[in-house]
Amino acid sequence: MKATVHIFLKAGVLDVQGKAVEGALNGLAGTAGWSDVANVRVGKVLEFDLKSTDKAAAEAEVKSMCEKLLANTVIESYRIEVA
Amino acid sequence: MKAAVLVFPGSNCDRDCKVAVEVTTGAQVSMVWHQDTSLPAGLDLIVVPGGFSYGDYLRCGAMASLSPVMAEVVKAAQRGVSVVGICNGFQILCEAGLLPGALMRNAGLKYVCKPIELTIENRNTRFTSAYGDKSSVWMTQGNGDGNFFADAETLKAIEDNHQVVFRYVENPNGSVNNIAGIMNTEGNVLGMMPHPDRAFEPALGSADGAPLFHSLMRVLQAA
Repeated sequence: MKATVHIFLKAGVLDVQGKAVEGALNGLAGTAGWSDVANVRVGKVLEFDLKSTDKAAAEAEVKSMCEKLLANTVIESYRIEVA
Repeated sequence: MKAAVLVFPGSNCDRDCKVAVEVTTGAQVSMVWHQDTSLPAGLDLIVVPGGFSYGDYLRCGAMASLSPVMAEVVKAAQRGVSVVGICNGFQILCEAGLLPGALMRNAGLKYVCKPIELTIENRNTRFTSAYGDKSSVWMTQGNGDGNFFADAETLKAIEDNHQVVFRYVENPNGSVNNIAGIMNTEGNVLGMMPHPDRAFEPALGSADGAPLFHSLMRVLQAA
């Protein structure tokens, strides 16, 4: 099965990279017209293959990976897709 | 005193830490590779050094926190052995769950590398007793992810329990409550972003890091 994990800083935790990108998009508004951009968040996406053929088991496995390593739940939230 | 310095792939302050501990305390210091599954017997101090373990990939300190040796460090910390994590070492201790909170990208997005002034917030610790009544100290800082964060509830607990050991006089990175260094509730695990290991004799620009190691010696001499 193919797993995809999306990781972002939690709502309420300041995303300084997102703010910088937002500032750049807004700053270019004069030439390109992106003045309506707000709330940019920069995150990461991980993709990997799993030998498991059981969707529920695979989801549980990926969840434990997120809790132990892939995300730091003090500051980050994650979303799992298994297909 | 018997001390060990951990070495991860990408550590770059491991030698500095060894020399700092040796020069300030005369301790015998072993270097312990991160794949080791045991620590030398009878340790009084474990130093988790600065650097860029695992290239800072994924999150600073995340992968190092799962290195085999860290399971032994957690056990040693639970037995009351002193543990000091500096810079990347602080990040590793947070990721390992030995300290609360997390270290995020600096608020200014820049790598901050400069001498920095700190206040000693708690003198009543095994890491600070030798500072006497010195009100502020200078050390150097060098990191891109030193922005300490904890949620409101955790932060209140850290403050209420007097776990903040060092604060920045001028906040360089957006850390909540100007926090530069904290300890665990038991008081035997310290994490800090500034480098006492780069400030232990006047030739380095400051000797203000030395009393931290002297404090640890004092605890042992009193025991």
